[in-house]
Amino acid sequence: MSQSAFVMHEEEYGEITAVVERLLREANAKCVYLVDKDGQLIASSGDIKEIDVTSLASLTAGNIAATGGMAKLIGEKEFSVLFHEGERDNLHISVVGQRVILVVIFDKRSSIGLVRLRVKKASDDLARTIQKLVSKMEAVTEEASLLEQITDDDIEKLFS
Amino acid sequence: MSFINYSSREINCKIVYYGPGLCGKTTNLQVIYKKTRPEAKGKMITLATETERTLFFDFLPLALGDIKGFKTRFHLYTVPGQIFYDASRKLILKGVDGIVYVADSQIERMDANIESFDNMKLNLDEQGYSLKQIPYVVQYNKRDLPNVIPIDELKQALNPDGVPDFEAAARDGIGVFETLKTVVKLVLIELKKSA
Ligand SMILES: Nc1nc2c(ncn2[C@@H]2O[C@H](COP(=O)(O)OP(=O)(O)OP(=O)(O)O)[C@@H](O)[C@H]2O)c(=O)[nH]1
Ligand SMILES: [Mg+2]
Repeated sequence: MSQSAFVMHEEEYGEITAVVERLLREANAKCVYLVDKDGQLIASSGDIKEIDVTSLASLTAGNIAATGGMAKLIGEKEFSVLFHEGERDNLHISVVGQRVILVVIFDKRSSIGLVRLRVKKASDDLARTIQKLVSKMEAVTEEASLLEQITDDDIEKLFS
Repeated sequence: MSFINYSSREINCKIVYYGPGLCGKTTNLQVIYKKTRPEAKGKMITLATETERTLFFDFLPLALGDIKGFKTRFHLYTVPGQIFYDASRKLILKGVDGIVYVADSQIERMDANIESFDNMKLNLDEQGYSLKQIPYVVQYNKRDLPNVIPIDELKQALNPDGVPDFEAAARDGIGVFETLKTVVKLVLIELKKSA
């Protein structure tokens, strides 16, 4: 494969979850998600019981990919913020550190101004953590051992 | 690109079904969805036109079980096969870990098969991947129809590298899981090799 895996570690996961939870509180949001650009859910917080987060993550990535394609066509690099306004709930979607996507769902208890402000601050923190992860991935440590230990038997057993 | 999460102990991989319009990519996912236990699958998302042609993608998340205490999850996507949706196809290929190339066995679809296969190689190249490095399998679909091309001819045109290939009648569920299992295995073997 031309790219290696995106690897999440305990420590950074803790940092990311803390930022996501703080953003939820400070922005008065209903829920907050972090998704990677390939559509995998990284972290979430808030009132997510009735939402299918896996679907939401994949559609978010599709949405950013599609608008990113449109951006290139008109000579922009990327649209780093998208805002969708609904009757009840609104979606604020932003790209963080070129690599992950931050989604905030909010209703009239908050406002676009407040969300935008808090997202900005959270993005800086998240970008730092993501950068740390990327450096760790380049160093390649424990995942090598996990992946090496996978046996043909393990793979076979998945289908038995 | 696979995603390994040490905190939630998960391995996530992305598999893309590619092939010409109407070859049966969406049908493959529908069959997998129908025949998979409820606890092993998420919701299937279909972004399609009113005539049920894929517009952007289909998406089906599967949970296949544990490896070394890590849950393995596979995200299956289909691309839209119609020629003019090429921009969407490129987007969906991003981050791909494994490919199922689905061919339509009908004689009159041979040109479409070859065009789509070449288009796939081109789109992979454009993103810095190469078909030689990505785990992939080939499925010759619609074998139930009377006017099909002999398998040898299909192999020659669409499987020059001799990767694992399967005859299928996806609408009747034949060959669908064999194809899926093999691409999943190849993806995991590749992941192991990358360590
Ligand atoms: N006879 C026969 N028909 C099939 C088979 N598999 C799929 N079909 C039919 O072929 C038609 C197209 O199938 P889809 O799965 O929607 O095709 P697709 O590849 O997703 O097409 P696009 O979304 O346009 O790229 C449907 O009417 C299916 O029922 C098969 O094995 N045999
Ligand atoms: Mg389709």
